[in-house]
Amino acid sequence: MTHTLKVLAGALIVASVATAQAGDITGKVTLKGTPPAEKALPLDPACGKLWPNEKPKTRFFVTGADNGLAEVLVYLKGGDLKPDAAAKPALLDQKGCEYVPHILGLQTGQKLIVRNSDPVLHNVHGTPKINKEFNLAQMAGGKDIERTFESSEVFVRMKCDVHVWMFSYVGVLPHSYHAVTDKDGNFKISGVPAGKYTLVAAHRKSHGSEEKALTQEITVGDAAVSANFTVEVAAAQ
Amino acid sequence: MPPALTRFAWATALATLGLIALGGLVTSHGVGMAVPDWPTTYGYNMFLFPISQWVGGVFYEHTHRLYASLVGLLTLILAVWLQWRSPSRTLSRWGWVALGLVVLQGVLGGLRVNLMMDSLGIGHAALAQAFLVLLVLLAVATTQRWQRWCESGPSVDPAVGRWVLGTTLLIFVQLVLGASMRHQHAGLAIPDFPLAYGGIWPPTDAAFLDRINALRSDVRDFHPITAAHVHLHMAHRLLGIVLVGLVAMAAMKLRRGFRGSNGLRGLAYLWKGLIAVQVLLGASTVWFNKAADVATAHVVVGAACLAVGAIGSALCVVAARRGTLADGRKVGSPVLSRAGARSDAAVPSAG
Ligand SMILES: [Cu+2]
Repeated sequence: MTHTLKVLAGALIVASVATAQAGDITGKVTLKGTPPAEKALPLDPACGKLWPNEKPKTRFFVTGADNGLAEVLVYLKGGDLKPDAAAKPALLDQKGCEYVPHILGLQTGQKLIVRNSDPVLHNVHGTPKINKEFNLAQMAGGKDIERTFESSEVFVRMKCDVHVWMFSYVGVLPHSYHAVTDKDGNFKISGVPAGKYTLVAAHRKSHGSEEKALTQEITVGDAAVSANFTVEVAAAQ
Repeated sequence: MPPALTRFAWATALATLGLIALGGLVTSHGVGMAVPDWPTTYGYNMFLFPISQWVGGVFYEHTHRLYASLVGLLTLILAVWLQWRSPSRTLSRWGWVALGLVVLQGVLGGLRVNLMMDSLGIGHAALAQAFLVLLVLLAVATTQRWQRWCESGPSVDPAVGRWVLGTTLLIFVQLVLGASMRHQHAGLAIPDFPLAYGGIWPPTDAAFLDRINALRSDVRDFHPITAAHVHLHMAHRLLGIVLVGLVAMAAMKLRRGFRGSNGLRGLAYLWKGLIAVQVLLGASTVWFNKAADVATAHVVVGAACLAVGAIGSALCVVAARRGTLADGRKVGSPVLSRAGARSDAAVPSAG
């Protein structure tokens, strides 16, 4: 069984590499170990109504096929990476009293649009350590809030104090070469200029900030690059 | 002094204890920033903010602000009333000091929101306790019993006063430690009681802290636990143990010092009883993982312990002063003479 899975996974990686081009970095982040069970969010009545069926849970370790770890921010460091001046604004939506997405990569100076799609009010409270803190009101149906961040910072927490379970993280980077792993832990960064870089994988719950994140040295040249990471769950006492 | 004024002063003091409870709920629920603006509320005049919008954390923060306005109004009325009817100029002066404090307290609460400074919450909590003490002492000073106490009450050994006052000051320190813990927004730094992480003294090395932080899965996004948080928590536990002993001693000295006074005996028992409840609530705060209602009850009973200690101190200071004067000795220790000067201020002028 395990053997079959490994072969399958190998085949998947080969397949994905096959479609990748020079300047592409693809890979998968896998979770090792058993994380604590996720908890149901303590929704208040107004927010609970927005979830008539299954109630949402915490998102500390979101895993998919083959223990692939979702919501890991993967990005490049080093080299001479320039910001993408044409980067479109990124959207952080408030939906069902949750931030969507939970983890978001953003470039310095890139516009972040915070939207309220809920029929209830939220306060949008960014609590960065390097950038400037802000706390803004957003009524139901209120207009979008637009923010930019001047300095790179992994991670900037966004939280709502009206709904204390409601928080998300924005990774602010000085360039556009970043990705967030999908539901099965896969990521792809495209169009990377040739050169040597450090590839960083930062998982919010496991690493918190860049200092504790996983890294590997990579060289981008004529062929596509494949790089995988394994995040380990801390062992219980 | 009109009896209605005395009743009103007590009502204002009780309302202040209620305000501490509401403020405690705001912090226990972690919703101090749920209304991002001040003095407005989501752009509305705070008194016109629609009830339909009092959702989630807004409910606690907004009702705290409204109720605080009420306490401000009560304090204003009290100050005016004292000015008008109190025979003691000093007492009416303290009424205005109370009004100044409550305004300062409101502004401090507002700055904590507008400047987005969590640490201001500690000052806001400490000032709340000081304000409660002042209002309770004002209420005491408007009673006839206080006048009788000042004119012809018993005398007592200054040592009793030192015990009671010293213990009360340490309770205040303990409340500030507690407020500092609450305003770290890091959740429960030590999850077990009476042990700490299964031992007498918890480890605080980086590897240990990394592990416990990685294993936490609270629905709220707390700050990571640091060594300072663990030490603060342990200091609060240790001072708690010390205070149990000190209050027991001070209460015993109160009873023995004022043998003839039923009121003092009652006060001593009340103080000990409150401390016992407070220890249980402190332990429960840990056992229930800082459940908002339990943690808030711990704050309120803490404030009541301080208030009772303050009443005991005021009574002792007056009685001790009389004791030393009657003995023909010099007026007591520097601590007592300083505090004595302050309580003296509340003594209505004879005739
Ligand atoms: Cu919200």
